[in-house]
Amino acid sequence: MKRIVCVIVACAMLIAAAVLPVSCVRNDVVLELEGDYTGLEGTELYVMNWGEYISDGSEGTLDVIKAFEKATGIHVTYDDTTPSNEAMYAKLKSGAVSVDIVIPSDYMIQRMIKEDMLRKIDTSKIPNYKYILDEYKGLYFDPQSEYSVPYNVGMVGIIYNKTMVEGTPDSWDLLWNETYKNDILSFNNPRDAFATAQFLLGQDVNNEDKALWDTAAAKLKEQTPILQGRVMDEVFNKMEGNNAAIAPYYAGDYLLMNSINEDLEFYYPKEGTNIFVDSMCIPKSSKNYEAALMFINFMLENEVALANAEYLCYASPHSGVVNNPDYSFKDNQILYPDEAHKPKTQYFYDLDPEIRSYYEKLWEEIVR
Amino acid sequence: MKKSTNALLNAPYAVWAAIFVVVPLFIVLIYAFTDGEGNFSFANILALKDYWYNFLLSLLYSLIATVITLLIAYPFAYALSKTAEKTQRIQMMLVMLPMWMNLLIRTYSWMNILDKNGVINQILTAMHLPTGEFLGTPGAVIFGMVYNYLPYMILPIYTVMAKMDPALIEAARDLGCNGFNVWRRLVLPLSMPGVISGITMVFVPSVSTFYISQKLGNGKIMLIGDTIERQMQMLNNYNLGAALSLVLMILILVSMFIMNRFADKNGEGGMIV
Repeated sequence: MKRIVCVIVACAMLIAAAVLPVSCVRNDVVLELEGDYTGLEGTELYVMNWGEYISDGSEGTLDVIKAFEKATGIHVTYDDTTPSNEAMYAKLKSGAVSVDIVIPSDYMIQRMIKEDMLRKIDTSKIPNYKYILDEYKGLYFDPQSEYSVPYNVGMVGIIYNKTMVEGTPDSWDLLWNETYKNDILSFNNPRDAFATAQFLLGQDVNNEDKALWDTAAAKLKEQTPILQGRVMDEVFNKMEGNNAAIAPYYAGDYLLMNSINEDLEFYYPKEGTNIFVDSMCIPKSSKNYEAALMFINFMLENEVALANAEYLCYASPHSGVVNNPDYSFKDNQILYPDEAHKPKTQYFYDLDPEIRSYYEKLWEEIVR
Repeated sequence: MKKSTNALLNAPYAVWAAIFVVVPLFIVLIYAFTDGEGNFSFANILALKDYWYNFLLSLLYSLIATVITLLIAYPFAYALSKTAEKTQRIQMMLVMLPMWMNLLIRTYSWMNILDKNGVINQILTAMHLPTGEFLGTPGAVIFGMVYNYLPYMILPIYTVMAKMDPALIEAARDLGCNGFNVWRRLVLPLSMPGVISGITMVFVPSVSTFYISQKLGNGKIMLIGDTIERQMQMLNNYNLGAALSLVLMILILVSMFIMNRFADKNGEGGMIV
């Protein structure tokens, strides 16, 4: 009997410890759609996206995929198991799957355009394209806006717990502050981690000078002894649960963490930071181009874009969202800092393959 | 049995093994010895020297984990086989119970338990005891291996123990053998097949693990499984990934070969391979 009680207690502990996903809640019922969603009933659409990167109906939010299926009669295969831009690139490159929609980040779009992996998007068939803010058109990776339609915008900043960190830090050097030994987290992917050192050292994150990458690597090695860990999405648990004091991460995710743990603060380091735009693209392997256009148009519907923006908590490139008085992050200073508070930003460019493998090699030496 | 009947019985597995074991092995082999363009190359094999540290770390951690699981499992399995049949059934069920949950979930939960402000440290704080750093240490990773793979050690050892004829032990006692000698000269040799397969079943997944080391190592401990995953997932370098996997396979084969030699010396047939 005692043993059974033990088992039950153990189970309860595990359940209590397990994380519950969080999201910005929104109730939505009837959709007012502008576009025409008829004519492709019964066809198939393969959408590849990141995990939890679309409003999915949890906690009363709008289930975008289901709503799209209902509006169009198109059957969607939704794949959100791909962990990274690199993995997505590998899947498409291998040609093993034919995908109609992908949502890569800027630098990956640049590489995919270079390697002729994307189809041009006929924006004349996407009436809702008019909602895309001008500042997100013609970005460096797609100067003519021919291959991509922006979905989400994000910036990297530093999250810290005000009960554990003294004063109001404003620099990347917080990640190297020995006072907080074993309370600092960093990125567990090379490009983001290198950028933290590069910004601190005043380097261009897109430089192709090996000596500069060596200096940045040395800076990261110097940090290793005071790091608690290198994490990606584990950062949610760790910061929400007061397990660590400092972590660099994406601004939108900070808003989610802050809704759980009010002691968390956020800032954009004064040295500058990384900005990224994830955009919808149609790979060459697409077998249902028309439906893909329809999907993009649907994603830009005012209500759909709003539901996604509320769910994801990232900044939206959609004028209908940012000007909507009901939008809970309207004029939010973290997502939409005004001119006076805008941080200096740099996009990641797709680097030369040789530099890429060079810094990957440096990374392996840093983490081992 | 007639030869033809035998061949027929073998057929389903032979087909299965050909498609899902032999062919993939050849694919790994081909990838390991080619470059990105598909030309024959030794580059991946030469690149392996950069990863000796990760190999060594994996080997060391999994050996320690295997020894610990053996030390926990052996006495437990022996004691269990001596209890009443009903207790045995319940106890075995409890041993298997954690395996009803996915390994990933179990490991993720341990991350929360061992974290800096996790369950253990909170309990320690409540009891006014000093807290410790668990997550991100080698100890946490080894613990994760022991925790996840312990049932695989208990199960085979318990099975051989339970099948052991108690009359043998009685006979040994009658013939004047003392307690320790009964164990050393009778129980131990008879239980060796279970021990060997237990060791194999713990060592092999431990040495190739990647998720446990990533989560419980806080991203600071890179085992060979992690480097393989990184090559495949992040860098699209299937060739180097395959070469690393190949070495890992050879490593496992060699360890199993050594284990089997050890088993033969004890007068019992070897396990797998």
